[in-house]
Amino acid sequence: MSTATTQTPRSTLDARPEHSADNPLSVHAMTVAYHRKPVLWDVDYDAPPGSLVAIVGPNGAGKSTFIKACLGLIPAAAGTVEFWGKPYKNARAKIGYVPQRETVDWDFPVSALDVVCMGLYRKIGWFKPIRKAHKAAAMESLERMGLSEYANRQIAQLSGGQQQRVFLARALVQNADLYFMDEPFAGVDAATEAAIIEVLRELRSQGKTVIVVHHDLQTVPTYFDHAMLLNMRIVAAGPVSEVFTDENLNKTYGGRLTLLAEASEAVARAQQGQL
Amino acid sequence: MNPTLAQSLTQTHDEIPSLREILDTLTLQSGFNTNAVIIAATLLGIAAGIIGAFALLRKRSLTADALSHATLPGITAAFLIASALGFNARSLPILLLGATISGILGVTLIHAILSHTRLREDAAIGIVLSVFFGIGVVLLSVIQSTATSSAAGLNHFIYGQTAAMLTNDAIIMGTIAFVSISIALLVMKEITIVCFNESFAKVTGIHTGFIDALILALIVLVTVSGLQAVGLILIVAMLIIPPAAARFWTDRVRVLVLLSALIGAISGFFGSSVSALLPRKPAGAVIVLCAGSIFILSMLLAPKRGVVAQIVRQSTLRVRIAIDHILESKYEHPEQHTKADLTLRVMLRALGFTSSLSASSTLTKRGLERGRRVHRNHMLWEQYLISFADIAPSHVDWSVDLVEHVLDDQLIQRLEREIRESGLHLDHASQEARS
Repeated sequence: MSTATTQTPRSTLDARPEHSADNPLSVHAMTVAYHRKPVLWDVDYDAPPGSLVAIVGPNGAGKSTFIKACLGLIPAAAGTVEFWGKPYKNARAKIGYVPQRETVDWDFPVSALDVVCMGLYRKIGWFKPIRKAHKAAAMESLERMGLSEYANRQIAQLSGGQQQRVFLARALVQNADLYFMDEPFAGVDAATEAAIIEVLRELRSQGKTVIVVHHDLQTVPTYFDHAMLLNMRIVAAGPVSEVFTDENLNKTYGGRLTLLAEASEAVARAQQGQL
Repeated sequence: MNPTLAQSLTQTHDEIPSLREILDTLTLQSGFNTNAVIIAATLLGIAAGIIGAFALLRKRSLTADALSHATLPGITAAFLIASALGFNARSLPILLLGATISGILGVTLIHAILSHTRLREDAAIGIVLSVFFGIGVVLLSVIQSTATSSAAGLNHFIYGQTAAMLTNDAIIMGTIAFVSISIALLVMKEITIVCFNESFAKVTGIHTGFIDALILALIVLVTVSGLQAVGLILIVAMLIIPPAAARFWTDRVRVLVLLSALIGAISGFFGSSVSALLPRKPAGAVIVLCAGSIFILSMLLAPKRGVVAQIVRQSTLRVRIAIDHILESKYEHPEQHTKADLTLRVMLRALGFTSSLSASSTLTKRGLERGRRVHRNHMLWEQYLISFADIAPSHVDWSVDLVEHVLDDQLIQRLEREIRESGLHLDHASQEARS
């Protein structure tokens, strides 16, 4: 039974005070289906404040889905998500987001500075124009990512790493307390990777929490202090030193098609009327 | 339909308009009715240009196409229902109400097909567009076979009849243009963020569904109000072509919206003027051809994204590479004759790289300097590939050929630094690569 494997790691979760209002993120019994196919089963997770959390797992494990469901971008079929003990709509101002780079059209007619300003739209409010002070704040954020000289470039004229840093700069001006980042390290150059990791550490030193979908297992112990091993369910979650073990990694990455994946396929087929 | 205007227009149609007539028309001095038509078409162009820009950015241009075709069954059904109930079936508000309802129904159906089946958007749009238009054509033939000649006016909704527009229409178009300009200014940044990055917009707290509904409502507004003037087949061109043409000239949303409005206005103005001067020409089609000409000019001539500029850039690079190769081989083997053809030799001479046109010509000081630099870049890149990218020396020349010509100074400095820091020597590396 697949449920048996989820029992062991849950004990590490039980050791921590669950669903405390101090925790920036508390996920309880979350199940998510994508196009009627379940991709996350019964996820329980609490992120401690002031931590850098890596979400790792194979392709199709539901890493991006987890982030999107937390942010309400995909409806969860079941379960609750709370931020500092409050529902998403009451915590929105304190949450920042870096989407996957490939999800946008980089030929879009905007400059790097325009994109960073988008992080301030919430603060600026409807119908109101972007003022000089907003642009100055956006410039400061671009400078922090080493991009001040590219501010007025159209975003298609930036390299992949620079585009990723523009997204980071946009998240920074949101001035959030909890960040979700979807594969910020994917396909970036060494300079960008160093810049991102520096920003992550700075955020942590300010007591902020950053939850990062991460692909490079080798760098997890050096970059992050917490890890969530995900493969349609949580295999293990907690401090890297405790959960980032060979055994847990084998459980996460070993055996391509688990019983859970097969069950998901069956559910999807049944719900789609045997298409 | 305005009988006076139609008459005055038919009387002039045989002659080529005089310069005087052309000037009068273009400066809005050729009579009240013609002016109303030209002003209305210009305002429609502005509104369609602005809203079309949003449709383009949201990638909804084809939805607009389906919507305009889906208005036909609404118009014909409204005519049938109104005449059955004893109303004036040719009343414009009734017909346009019918157009609005069936247009929105069509778009709703596209969304329903997308969310309940696995069909893709292009297929869903194609199905709705053709089926709705088919229903409209059938209803139209029913009306034409049963009703009196008063029904004939419905044809104008398909191909449009700009010349039939009156002062009232100009006022309606003016209102629509005003509404679209206001919305463009008020929610430009919200529309931009939703079009660029929907998920981020949602996290920021923007109701993306509302923005989409707003864009759709504006598309409906322009389509329905343009039906009479341009016709339901061609109105979509006024939404698609101006922003597509504008995109060639700019990399900023604001400028795109502005240029698109301008191109729409120019098309509306000249299209309706030409059609007023040559009355047999349907204005809707002339307006669209006007916009089409601007599009073709933009596509060809725009400075950065235009086709001509791209071809020039590519051929410049090709010539530069050819010249660099000659200079590099001359630098390495000064005694050898170049294999360059006359054109290239003329260019080399004109640029001051060689002292004469002959194939055995020696390099000038400038030519030697350039040849030395190309040679050095070549070796730097070779060395980098061999020692850092783990590429076999025998494979290096192949990948070097293009890259060495496109490296900028910054990258070359970085290459030099990395190679220096790793304690390698250029000359040694290049000899190794060649052996």
